[in-house]
Amino acid sequence: MMPFSYERAVDASDAVRRATGAAKYLGGGTNLVDLMRETIERPDKLVDVTGLSVEIVEDAEGGLVIGAAARNTAVAENRLVRTRYPMLTRAIMAGASAQIRNMATVGGNILQRTRCTYFYDDDGCRCNKRVQGQGCDAIEGFHRIHAILGASPSCIATHPSDMAVALVALDAIVHLRGSEGDRSVPLTDFYQPPGDRPDIETVLKPGELITQITLPTSPLAARSEYRKVRDRASYAFALVSVGAALSVENGHVADVRLALGGVAHKPWRAFKAEQALRGQPATAEAFAAAAAAELAEARPLKDNAFKVDLLSRSIVATLSKLAGDLA
Amino acid sequence: MRFTINGNSLEVEADLRTSLLDMLRDHLGLTGSKKGCNQGACGACTVLVDGERINACLGLAVQYEGREITTVEGLGTLASLAPLQQAFIDHDGFQCGYCTPGQLCSTVAMMSEVKRGLPSHVTRDLDADVIPFSREEVRERMSGNLCRCGAHNGIIDAIESVYGEASR
Repeated sequence: MMPFSYERAVDASDAVRRATGAAKYLGGGTNLVDLMRETIERPDKLVDVTGLSVEIVEDAEGGLVIGAAARNTAVAENRLVRTRYPMLTRAIMAGASAQIRNMATVGGNILQRTRCTYFYDDDGCRCNKRVQGQGCDAIEGFHRIHAILGASPSCIATHPSDMAVALVALDAIVHLRGSEGDRSVPLTDFYQPPGDRPDIETVLKPGELITQITLPTSPLAARSEYRKVRDRASYAFALVSVGAALSVENGHVADVRLALGGVAHKPWRAFKAEQALRGQPATAEAFAAAAAAELAEARPLKDNAFKVDLLSRSIVATLSKLAGDLA
Repeated sequence: MRFTINGNSLEVEADLRTSLLDMLRDHLGLTGSKKGCNQGACGACTVLVDGERINACLGLAVQYEGREITTVEGLGTLASLAPLQQAFIDHDGFQCGYCTPGQLCSTVAMMSEVKRGLPSHVTRDLDADVIPFSREEVRERMSGNLCRCGAHNGIIDAIESVYGEASR
């Protein structure tokens, strides 16, 4: 680990003032400390932001405000989240372990780096995300866990978060504070496509801080599900995952939210599938057709082609379960 | 840096790069907490901070300044084992014992999570105030603690023998 200094911020503006040069904000540290130990991350200063807002409260419009320093466990446990946005509790509880969920913050979860093994192998492998322009050893390597959507010839890494898949499906907004002021970005637009610069992962400007997440009101979300498929029953990253909310009127899809995890550089909002579904009969056939519409642009490689079928079936299963619950 | 560790207030001098786990083991000689993977994949380093379980390998010591930390050394002593420790012996809840300190600390916090009604991945009703104690719940909730010897069934038996009745 490279040497660094350490400071605790008392509030968001204080944090932004302190985050100069090669500083990094430190939440729970579950990913950053690990990456610093591998010298993949080399901040010269850590600004501890766990003293910032952990509040989870209703806003004036009836939506939810979640402080970026709220721990993953606290979000999943919150009564408003459990009743109004159950998919979020389900997604968080499907991720990591109890120990890690107790440590990890919401802001840190959103900003966690990929678990591509080539990204982590500093000594032995090339990675465009780690070293700009170095090359990617995953594309010709073992890429069973890698992306089938949105990847580029430079990078096929996936975003590992479960929580963020639910947040994207729930139209979450990320609120940012930087030296030039405050701004808000929908989470689905927060992540940058890898293109030829996979080292640039988000729209964050240098020193910009995630202060809170807001979830709009959503009558739909009270009936929502998160389905995760992985190599073992617990404590594993997703091969594919599906966050979905569905409302059905007279046997037809009135409204739907669908997001996919483990298959792209970001939590993938399935806008094409949603579009294809609205007004259609709430049947397995229509769900499969919607999945096909979304996955028409899937570009699997030799080892991860199974993800296309697995994801399609997971979408159908998740929506069918919701439709069954509603019937 | 000052910490309260197993009830004792201690002042520790350590480089900022020191993980909480290394501070406990190398600076304070509390070698009960184990270094398995050192990357948050095995849970052998599990300790309690203000009663909540965390992986001590994934945190810097400085992040926990001023907090109350409990390690396996704080759960019981050789002369006076905690009921859970005795149950691990009675039910063959280990072979080599390397993961055991983490399993024990994790169990203590896990049961307080169940008691306060925190749902898990396998909890069917998210609105429930009371989480039913079941082997399925325990298995899911303990999945962050791996045992390479494969003593998981004994571990679940031990946990059930101590907490199962009380929660029914």
